[in-house]
Amino acid sequence: MIREYQLNQEEAPLYNALLEYRKQRMVSFDVPGHKQGRGNPELTEFLGRYAMSVDVNSMKMLDNLIHPIGVIKEAQELAADAFGAYSAFFMTNGTTSAVQAMVLATVNPGEKIIMPRNVHRSAINALILSRAIPVYVDPGVNEKLGIPLGMSIENIEKAIQENPEAQAILVNNPTYYGICPNLKAIVELAHQAGMKVLVDEAHGTHFYFEKSGPISAMAAGADLAAISTHKTGGSLTQSSILLSGPGMADEQGYLRQIINLTLTTSSSYLLLSSLDITRKYLALQGEKIYQRVLEYANYARKEINNIGGFYAFGKAEINYDSFYAFDQTKLSIHTRDIGLAGIEVYDILRDEYQIQVEFGDLSNILAILSIGDRPVAIERLLGALSDIKRRYGKKADQIAVNEYYQPKVVMSPAKAFYAKSKQIPLDQTIGKVCTEFVMCYPPGIPILAPGEEITTEVLEYINYAKEKGSSMTGAEDLATEKLNVIDQL
Amino acid sequence: MTMWFTENHTKDVYFAFKAKQLFSTESDFQQIDIYQTKDFGRVLVMDERIMLTEKDEKIYHEMIVHVAMAVHMDAEDVLIIGGGDGGALRELQRYPGIKSIDMVEIDSVVPEVAQRFLPGIAGDFLDSRFTLMIADGLKYVRTTKKKYDFIIVDSTDPFGPGESLFTREFYGNCFEILREDGLLVNQHESPYYRSDAREVKLTYEKTKMIFPIDKLFQAHIPTYPSGHWLFGFISKKYDPLEDLQAERWSKLGLDTFYYNLALHRGSFALPNYVLKLIGKK
Repeated sequence: MIREYQLNQEEAPLYNALLEYRKQRMVSFDVPGHKQGRGNPELTEFLGRYAMSVDVNSMKMLDNLIHPIGVIKEAQELAADAFGAYSAFFMTNGTTSAVQAMVLATVNPGEKIIMPRNVHRSAINALILSRAIPVYVDPGVNEKLGIPLGMSIENIEKAIQENPEAQAILVNNPTYYGICPNLKAIVELAHQAGMKVLVDEAHGTHFYFEKSGPISAMAAGADLAAISTHKTGGSLTQSSILLSGPGMADEQGYLRQIINLTLTTSSSYLLLSSLDITRKYLALQGEKIYQRVLEYANYARKEINNIGGFYAFGKAEINYDSFYAFDQTKLSIHTRDIGLAGIEVYDILRDEYQIQVEFGDLSNILAILSIGDRPVAIERLLGALSDIKRRYGKKADQIAVNEYYQPKVVMSPAKAFYAKSKQIPLDQTIGKVCTEFVMCYPPGIPILAPGEEITTEVLEYINYAKEKGSSMTGAEDLATEKLNVIDQL
Repeated sequence: MTMWFTENHTKDVYFAFKAKQLFSTESDFQQIDIYQTKDFGRVLVMDERIMLTEKDEKIYHEMIVHVAMAVHMDAEDVLIIGGGDGGALRELQRYPGIKSIDMVEIDSVVPEVAQRFLPGIAGDFLDSRFTLMIADGLKYVRTTKKKYDFIIVDSTDPFGPGESLFTREFYGNCFEILREDGLLVNQHESPYYRSDAREVKLTYEKTKMIFPIDKLFQAHIPTYPSGHWLFGFISKKYDPLEDLQAERWSKLGLDTFYYNLALHRGSFALPNYVLKLIGKK
């Protein structure tokens, strides 16, 4: 076993309370108005009576997420134990809300936070809400694959020295592509400088249960971590957990208050019970499950590299610094050598083979393997890639494409976001300061964030991505033909 | 113990017969049962669906083999995907010109059960031309270096272990391993009930995009849902009617239960509702 648990992980208090609730055949004169599904027959037929019967409101026997003193409290304590954390907070507004809570709880308006620029939009949104000032660290780029990495220790040291007043460092563990930084070293550096370490672990739930995977945030001594249990853990979409390390021991009440600022007061018991049951399952079976996932992923990686034209990178790309460890369950596949952009392969897989991968960017597609995968599905992906090569495989596309540009930050995201702006056509925006986001979604890593200058390079990237069929999001203009820029500086 | 076996053909329609269960096992992939019946002889059932009966299996196996063989009389290397019951193998073994028959069956239990309980159906598994491989069909066609003249896709339904044999990636990789004049026949489900009809249409659309010649033909198989069954004749070069080698095939003098040359030609004449389904009318 990876960790010795202090509590009995066979327990599932929230799940049991819902089973008990169902047995009591309670008559509801509270919300939700569908009353165990009776009031909405078509929805009940669609989702099933079983699910509808536990879509209920907070009540004494089921506790209340915004003020947990009963079964939710117990379920969160079990989760903290399972993940090796000081405490755990269930989130029902997605990991976005967990990332925002991390930032809001540690960085006050006008204070600085050190982070790589290749973060998910939720992190930069948090800067708008908290009015924190980002200090962006160049994450480093793998030139061959065109993908951003996880920050070198040297760059982090430099950022800390230059910004000793910064309150926190935010780190991806892993990035979307499965790249992990040297988390332990980062925690040491940050703590020496009196800064908190916040970890966006949206894609790293499994690190807590893998035998030989990259180190998890809590094991590395980080202060807070946002875990998307729904991504690779198997809970329902939108359910998530915020973990806190011992470094936040004195701020537990404040953390709860921060979370409650934006947390719904009607948290879904479908989401909450999925967290309780998932935690139990992972605590008891996780090691075995992720061993199997790892075997599938490594098999797929080997087979993809045998097809030719595709490159599914692995541990060989590790540089022991900005690419310190690799999450092998991520199948990031470079597609340029068959002459197709990642986004084109992504579209072909979905439209012609009914295979949906996580995302396609300009040079890569990303297939995520997790607890629900089966050999037959993996063979389908391999078969489809092999067939795509047969149909399209042509000479390598020589255009080197980077997925990351060092931004020209003119002002803080919050200042730009709230500034007076006007909407102008894309081609007239060069040199202007953008007040909104532009990104391909997924992956949702902004190409432009509020407060950044629009450069020729960035515009070329946007136009190229649009031409290849990327779905651009973030801007007010849904077609991304116009952008909001600062009216006057 | 005599009981009633029922198979749901749709949510509201079922087919039933009185049966005695002779054998039942759960493999890694599916539930496999053998029943003894009065009217159909022994019946092979997988995941509660009838795969074959002694009474009408010849219709299916003759049609999945002879229609293509009568067109491509020089086929030497044949691949069977699925078909672990050995029925298609038995029909292929009647052609002296065939040099190799490879079978890729995902479930090792199927050939074992067939040889034990359905010896009259299962062909000769010891034939020196024959190789049985227990493997995933899609993986085999993706990775093999061998080229084939004729591929038979003798699969179960699109839900379950046969799922990947109804995909574009499967047929694309089959294209790659067929010789220039190679062809493929697949069991193509029934056009009759609505949900099955949808699969017919989807599968047809996938194969049509990959192969220049793609024609459906039909047979009447009483124990399959609706009894109206389709096969796909999917080919790189040969047309099933224009290139029919009637004389050469007749000379072989094969004694068949269902197939003959007139029926070969007629089986490609499809009802209007099927033509409509596949966008040919």
